[in-house]
Amino acid sequence: MTAPLHEPTAEAAPSAAEEAAVAGADAKAVQGRSLGRIAWERLKRDKLALTGGIVVLVLIVVAILAPLITNIVGQDPDAYHEDLIDPLFGTPTGSLGGISGDHWLGVEPVNGRDIFARIVHGARISLLVGFLSAVVAVIIGTVLGVLAGFFGGWVDALISRIMDGLLAFPQLLFIIALVSVMPNDMLGLSGTGVRLFVMILVIGFFGWPYIGRVVRGQTLSMREREYVEAARSLGAGRFYILFKELLPNLVAPIIVYTTMMIPTNILTEAALSFLGVGVKPPTSSWGQMLSSAIDYYQSDPMYMVIPGVAIFITVLAFNLFGDGVRDALDPKGSR
Amino acid sequence: MLAYLFRRLFAAAVMLVVIILVVFGIFFLVPKWAGVDIASSFVGKQADPAAVEAVRQKLGLSDPVFVQAWEFFKGIFAGRTYSGGGDVTQCSAPCFGYSFRSEQAVWPVLTERFPVTLALALGAAVLWLIFGLAAGVLSALKRGTLWDRAAMVVALAGVSLPIYFTGLLSLAIFSHSLGWINAEFVPLDESFSGWFGGMILPWITLAFLYAAMYARITRATMMEILGEDYIRTARAKGLKEQVVIRKHAMRSTLTPLLTMLGMDLGALMGGAVLTETTFSLPGLGQKVLDAIKNQDLPFILGVVLITSLAVLIANLVVDVLYAVIDPRVRLA
Repeated sequence: MTAPLHEPTAEAAPSAAEEAAVAGADAKAVQGRSLGRIAWERLKRDKLALTGGIVVLVLIVVAILAPLITNIVGQDPDAYHEDLIDPLFGTPTGSLGGISGDHWLGVEPVNGRDIFARIVHGARISLLVGFLSAVVAVIIGTVLGVLAGFFGGWVDALISRIMDGLLAFPQLLFIIALVSVMPNDMLGLSGTGVRLFVMILVIGFFGWPYIGRVVRGQTLSMREREYVEAARSLGAGRFYILFKELLPNLVAPIIVYTTMMIPTNILTEAALSFLGVGVKPPTSSWGQMLSSAIDYYQSDPMYMVIPGVAIFITVLAFNLFGDGVRDALDPKGSR
Repeated sequence: MLAYLFRRLFAAAVMLVVIILVVFGIFFLVPKWAGVDIASSFVGKQADPAAVEAVRQKLGLSDPVFVQAWEFFKGIFAGRTYSGGGDVTQCSAPCFGYSFRSEQAVWPVLTERFPVTLALALGAAVLWLIFGLAAGVLSALKRGTLWDRAAMVVALAGVSLPIYFTGLLSLAIFSHSLGWINAEFVPLDESFSGWFGGMILPWITLAFLYAAMYARITRATMMEILGEDYIRTARAKGLKEQVVIRKHAMRSTLTPLLTMLGMDLGALMGGAVLTETTFSLPGLGQKVLDAIKNQDLPFILGVVLITSLAVLIANLVVDVLYAVIDPRVRLA
């Protein structure tokens, strides 16, 4: 519920307290527990979600500190180590793809670049695209979803049609096609910068209807609630109702859908790089490593396993965390 | 019922026109805005200016986008003749464009590749529906048991694994190390067993991902529905549990899944790019990727349009099935 606004919200508050009391919580706890607090307490009890959350945190730290980490380890992601490569087959000479004390995860076939360093740097691309495209989707989705739900009528009809249409589009194909027609230089960016920018925008653009639909539905049902009507009858303006009454109540579903969207975006980025339309070498990304591993899945299987496992762990961690957040914020769940 | 179908059909037609316009907008306006010359990308990277100019004339690339989209639309039904720069190229109906890059009409190439993609998508769909629905329903009914937890862990892993990774893994294990399956693609008219053998791994990997998604959604939907009042009513009036599940709960569970199936199948018709690339299947997805690598715009455009069409048709079929499953839709 929102911050107290004279009587109207005070009317809504006791009903929430009653609910909690019925659920069997002691009176003391009922008093001061906000939704955020309840959610946090539930999340703390969910071991799987917590593990996911911790892995996500570690990944974020690794991504931010990537250059520092590779410096400390003493491996440059772009340095060639051709001495570690069998000149006849092009595969690493050591066992398990050349894993050693120097090269923790082995080296790449042909040029012998250190896989650990490339995985660590690849985390930056994955997380950057995953997060920022979710932000793009959340911004567009929230604004248009609220507009559709709040104003109704033709605004709603138009926005809803666009959302239906976008959801029915063959998205991956469109994203591939769009990313591929984009030029190499624009807006003062070039190379990897442009590709990242385009990927973030395009992935975000195709993601907003998922958030938009939820936000529209929530807004639509809340618009008719008593506390909004009360605020309106007290003379509150549209913008007051929008920002003070509706938006705070939309935070929970938005958080849930954002956490669920990030892993999907990470997978899409990896897929684009896998298909060769994402980030171009020498910048390393997990999808791109997997795509070059296709040619070596028989002779050097470790080269394929490592980026694959990196994607798997990342996406799984986000999914576990996302599921946990959803359950924690679910008002129907047991408190 | 008829009015409902008519409305849906009309909406699909409108959507098709919108899609053609949007696709044209994307492929002709975006590069223009970004300062890329489309005519030269149609010809090749090192094309001489005369050839570029000829293509520009032939394809009418200086015309407004609406005119170009209209010409394209007309070509689908009436065929198209490209003339300019001295020679004439004929593209018979249905003309979905002509690639001057590879000197081929788009449509025949697409029809040649479509069956592979269709077989991939349909075969996988059969598998994922059987296993996804079964796992989801069982989990919902045996909530909290060991089975439920195990199934949901597998499903969560399934949605977190990229298909090109599971694909490569399965190739490395079943085809290379164990030698159980010869994963080479063989055309259906050459040998059925060879074709079937080549499709097994793609089917299973693709189905694994979707089965995981469907199992999660089936479980969630089913659990929600089992908590509804009408299920309690059905039980209270003494119906057998089996009847309650099959006749009452399953029916409502199927509706959202049907919508998903329509979208997924439609998208897979052209979006099986990843699976086709991983297993080197000569389907539509592989073609579009080749086209992207060669900057062969007419093919990209053709595949995107065909796929959108497939999505539209799939959604239309779903709408019809909706009316069959859900009586409320018929009456509305």
